[in-house]
Amino acid sequence: MTATVTPSSGHKTGDVEKTDNGGARGRRFPRIPDRIRQGGLPYLLLLPAVVLELLVHIIPMVIGIWVSFRQLTQFFIRNWGNSPSAGFDNYKVAIDFDAPIGQALLHSFLVTCAFTVLSVGLSWLLGVAAAIMLQENFRGRSILRTIFLVPYALPVYAAVITWAFMFQHDNGVINHVLHDQLGLTDKPSFWLIGNNSFIALVIVSLWKSWPFAFLMLMAALQNIPRDLYEAASIDGAGIWQQIRKITLPSLRPVNQVLVLVLFLWTFNDFNTPYVLFGKSAPEAADLISIHIYQSSFVTWNFGSGSAMSVLLLLFLLLVTAVYLLITSRGRKGTDV
Amino acid sequence: MRKARAAAAVTIVSALAAAVTGCGGGSSEGGSNESPKTLTYWASNQGPSIEADKKILTPELAKFEKQTGIKVKLEVVPWSDLLNRILAATSSGKGPDVLNIGNTWSASLQATGALLPWDTKNFDAIGGRDRFVDSAVASAGAEGKDPSAVPLYSLAYALYYNKAMFKDAGIEKPPATWDELVADGKKISKDGKWALGAEGGNLSNNIHQVFALGKQHGADFFDKDGKPTFTSDGAVAAVKQYVDFMAKDKIIAPGNAEYAQNQSLQDFAKGKTAMVLWQAAASTFASQGMKPEDWGVAPVPVQSGVPGTGEQTNSMVAGINIAVFNNTKNIDGAKKFVKFMTSDAEQTLLNKTYGSVPPVKAAQQDPAFGASDVKVLRDTLGTSAAPLPQVANESQFETTVGTAVKGLWADAAAGKPVTTESVKAALTKAQQQMTP
Repeated sequence: MTATVTPSSGHKTGDVEKTDNGGARGRRFPRIPDRIRQGGLPYLLLLPAVVLELLVHIIPMVIGIWVSFRQLTQFFIRNWGNSPSAGFDNYKVAIDFDAPIGQALLHSFLVTCAFTVLSVGLSWLLGVAAAIMLQENFRGRSILRTIFLVPYALPVYAAVITWAFMFQHDNGVINHVLHDQLGLTDKPSFWLIGNNSFIALVIVSLWKSWPFAFLMLMAALQNIPRDLYEAASIDGAGIWQQIRKITLPSLRPVNQVLVLVLFLWTFNDFNTPYVLFGKSAPEAADLISIHIYQSSFVTWNFGSGSAMSVLLLLFLLLVTAVYLLITSRGRKGTDV
Repeated sequence: MRKARAAAAVTIVSALAAAVTGCGGGSSEGGSNESPKTLTYWASNQGPSIEADKKILTPELAKFEKQTGIKVKLEVVPWSDLLNRILAATSSGKGPDVLNIGNTWSASLQATGALLPWDTKNFDAIGGRDRFVDSAVASAGAEGKDPSAVPLYSLAYALYYNKAMFKDAGIEKPPATWDELVADGKKISKDGKWALGAEGGNLSNNIHQVFALGKQHGADFFDKDGKPTFTSDGAVAAVKQYVDFMAKDKIIAPGNAEYAQNQSLQDFAKGKTAMVLWQAAASTFASQGMKPEDWGVAPVPVQSGVPGTGEQTNSMVAGINIAVFNNTKNIDGAKKFVKFMTSDAEQTLLNKTYGSVPPVKAAQQDPAFGASDVKVLRDTLGTSAAPLPQVANESQFETTVGTAVKGLWADAAAGKPVTTESVKAALTKAQQQMTP
């Protein structure tokens, strides 16, 4: 286990260190081979993080992938290590879009796509608008900034359950305002069942995630030098031109990260639909996260649920990779 | 450099191997008596709160310790967590010694093999199977197999009605048939008042109601081999009849379609709704400020005649069972504890406290269970209740059919027509989603 000495500059330094202090320490501690002390130390220091990462992410993921190839139902849960192999059956069932289970999965996937596009798009728009608005110094700006961040600071459960109360048909404040006070609807609407549940879901998600967009964009805006705007305005650029030519291009790197993070969070969001609708969401708001939860934990088909999760993971990885590829290519183009 | 990489690889592989072998599923052996002086007990949340349950059960556990010298560590688990906790315990093999389960989960949990089967020998250790009401034992596992648990608290559905609202509408006695209920309901449902309450968003409640109606239409939702028969004429008729109370008869307020948190009980207590179909609602009404003389109890209506077995079934057998975890280290102690909890004295005391009916025949004789409301529940359990289908995928049945009924409520509330075809389509979809 002794290190092989190879002619490299690194080892020369190591040898010098050994003569400097290694001798004195060598008497009290077991001698650490130079190779490890020099080349291995960074890895040694990384080890705790690697072990934790393994325990928290990698191993559960590997087990999840393994389960997706097993026929794991209530009959085998007690001795799940010995559950019978399912081959690709779980995957076949999940992507057989002519059969009911595949159809339902596809439906919830499409609902989730529509939900994500709407929620992320609107969160971003609202975030940009608010961040630009609050750039100018005016009375009450700091109060407004604080208020805007409230949704981000509230515990999700408490916030969403409050929304669930507000959306109630009989006693909810939303119907009270829309129907009783403003008379905008013929009769009180249902928000937590039926097709409107999709709108309710988007509203709550938007309320929950736009402050994050606002926070990120506000920080980014403050990094844009003011003299750029001054120069532009001297050259006769109007407010829209300034936003288009200075603000948006400067926000680009932040936007890239922001949109990606919002996309991943929203696509996987479980808390909002679960607290709003319970373990069985209305068809119009049947997000994929709830759908998979139901397959695994409500109907006790862990193999099938895991296969759906793996498919979802692959999809998200693919989208992320494509997104990063496109955005990094775009960035190189502008840099050159 | 190469070594560091090799070391990292070894670490990863050994960590993986340790994790995989370490979690290779629970052991398949039965219980033993390695720690005879302690027991862990997961009680389900029965009372108004977890704290209340602890207060009720702690003195009883002290009694048990005094009798046997066995100390019981109590944990009261909320309903929403209980099933997943049991599943986690089953997959890891590390669970409590004794636990409560909802009786509709019996067959599903029986299929996991995690619970001690109650054969004649085990039943004899707690005084014999004959001590228990038949329908309650039938709701403790699949037919033809040894039950996976022992009945602890039994419940059944009854029709609770508001006496003053009935009097105002000129109705003299509670309805005994559904036709009477609809006729009475039409008299009551006006001026912002409604006849019947429902919990359209509560999947389990939907299942309980359509199951009893299904029995009345000669449908069981599963055939003898345990295969789903959700689209049988009887099942379709039952679901349609239930949703029609809102869609066609208009005796249920449309808002009930989204209820899932017992809001229908609040409406009843506030005098907005005249009737609810519920299990042991007395303590809830009391906590909402209703006096016992304000409401009455009657058996759940049937299609015609009087409730009985077969097509006159008017309730599922509801309740809580007590089970022994197969991996217990203290099998003798666990059986002693089940014997204690199902003893005549404890049965009388605990069921009285929780407002349920003892599944133990001798304990039912206590005068406390002869009071009018509990008497109706007791008679229903004894003569006209049937256990939900005891099949391994009962949990799937509740989700798929419960969700189908929830969707039909949403249609009814939105004023969309609910027809035999639309009910059949919803149930067909539910049946197709059942994995074999």
